[in-house]
Amino acid sequence: MKNLEDLEKFLNSELTSKINNSFIKHDNIYINIDHDELVEVISFLKTNKETKFRQLIEITAVDYPENENRFKMVYLLLSHEYNQRIIINYSIKENEVISSLTSIFPAANWMEREVFDMYGLNFKNHPDLRRILTDYGFEGHPLRKDFPLTGHNEVRYSEEQKKVIYEPVKLEQNYRNFDYDSPWEGTKYIKEIKKS
Amino acid sequence: MAKEKKTLNLNFGPQHPAAHGVLRLILQLDGEVVEKADPHIGLLHRGTEKLIENKTYIQAVPYFDRLDYVAPMNQEHAFALAIEKILKIEVPSRAKYIRVIFCEIGRILSHILNVTTQAMDVGALTPTLWGFEEREKLMGFYERVSGSRLHANYFRAGGVHKDLPAGLDNDISEFCEKFPKIIDDLETLLTDNRIFKQRNVDIGIVSKQDALDYSFSGVMLRGSGVAWDLRRSQSYDCYDDLDFKIPVGKNGDCYDRYLCRIEEMRESIKIIKQCLQNIPNGPIKTEDGKISPPPKKELKQSMEALIHHFKLFTEGYRVEEDEIYAAVEAPKGEFGVYLISDGSSKPYKCKIRAPGFTHLQAMDYLIKGHMLADVPAVLGSMDIVFGEVDR
Repeated sequence: MKNLEDLEKFLNSELTSKINNSFIKHDNIYINIDHDELVEVISFLKTNKETKFRQLIEITAVDYPENENRFKMVYLLLSHEYNQRIIINYSIKENEVISSLTSIFPAANWMEREVFDMYGLNFKNHPDLRRILTDYGFEGHPLRKDFPLTGHNEVRYSEEQKKVIYEPVKLEQNYRNFDYDSPWEGTKYIKEIKKS
Repeated sequence: MAKEKKTLNLNFGPQHPAAHGVLRLILQLDGEVVEKADPHIGLLHRGTEKLIENKTYIQAVPYFDRLDYVAPMNQEHAFALAIEKILKIEVPSRAKYIRVIFCEIGRILSHILNVTTQAMDVGALTPTLWGFEEREKLMGFYERVSGSRLHANYFRAGGVHKDLPAGLDNDISEFCEKFPKIIDDLETLLTDNRIFKQRNVDIGIVSKQDALDYSFSGVMLRGSGVAWDLRRSQSYDCYDDLDFKIPVGKNGDCYDRYLCRIEEMRESIKIIKQCLQNIPNGPIKTEDGKISPPPKKELKQSMEALIHHFKLFTEGYRVEEDEIYAAVEAPKGEFGVYLISDGSSKPYKCKIRAPGFTHLQAMDYLIKGHMLADVPAVLGSMDIVFGEVDR
């Protein structure tokens, strides 16, 4: 499809039951889908002559701890032919299993491993689901919002044991998170006084 | 009695000069032929994305320098573009030109490093010595404009931090006159060199289809014959006004990728020259006091400037709720930032899309069936920098 409006219409008519909503923003098209339909939607977008989203740019997740469906999965695809980008997302619960895209895009392999590592989400039919960025034997999932910024363990070389050892994090000074959030434009009650 | 076939597991790295950083590669060898490669990455993982979530937008910029640390400003560019798109900031024309000049300098920095160290991996030492002399000059330009040779922290949402110091434009254009000669010299050492060609031609061939499937971008994609460059196809800043060519390879092997990089350096010089010719005078960052700090002299006189300064460096500016993906053509490929803002002064999520990560993922596919000695050649031609792979 030459332009985004046509593409949006086309996707909505072709994938009616699979798309929950769609909109265009920042020259990209954003669609929200059902999480069971992921593989069909992605392979449709990849193979259809009108879309040709033949490159998987990124897979990532976003953590919203206060939501019932805690994680939002995000897939970014790129079409060289039509010079368009699409951002696909859906929400899932913490213990739900996600279908792997490795059979459609081999590049999904490490991206999904990274999501598994950073967010602790599981993928089915993934050939090699191991941690990727964190240390061997690491525990926890660092990009979850409830994982502390300072982590749990620290390493040092122990002169007595003659090896590198892991210890719980000890901070000389507590981690300080200054709350500078105060409004630029004065507080509300001043505005109200001004009005009256 | 038939001899039992045995495979050998070889641990390559993480401390190996040809690994270009801290890559641990577990190779399964049948004699000298590689059967399987399993890269273990993450030895340089610093949790950049987590840290950015806990910093204001201004404080997050330096983290981008530390990703691909041979071309720092190109990455700051992606982050700046993402914020500008959300806040709908109009960037002054002069700032656009300055940013493009320094992005192209970054591209040359990165390509010199890659081309010459790739040559070193396959046995040639001289290109490195010649090339690094030039890198030193370029880093000098970085230092004069930003105060530091590597970790520049120079681009801001809405422009750049400071204007070019007096005389820098002349020195850069002088460099542009001399540098093509250096590229020629490097080429006399490598392009027709018998040993260099034996080590690189027909090694690590990537077909067009596989380059797409493995999410390759940048030179890895163009080397395989796909004419795709974000500077042209999804132009940002002033690339639209500039005249440059996009070199494309034919065979998709290590040698073609080397040739692409050499040509890209020449094109970068052309771009810098055009920018220096056409650069307008004027402001170098947006004059919106809510986003960019006021000039120093105003602080002494203007109450408003003082408040803005204080607010910007404590709370930082707020970015309305939005979700965006912004990408630039970094020297290594498509570098993107997927940013989710929640209306506060810190990003809710900042996913960094590093080209090296997807390239390294294809290591197993690229090296299967090659000899052990080809591992450094393929690794070199992928242009891996661990700062961005591990994040």
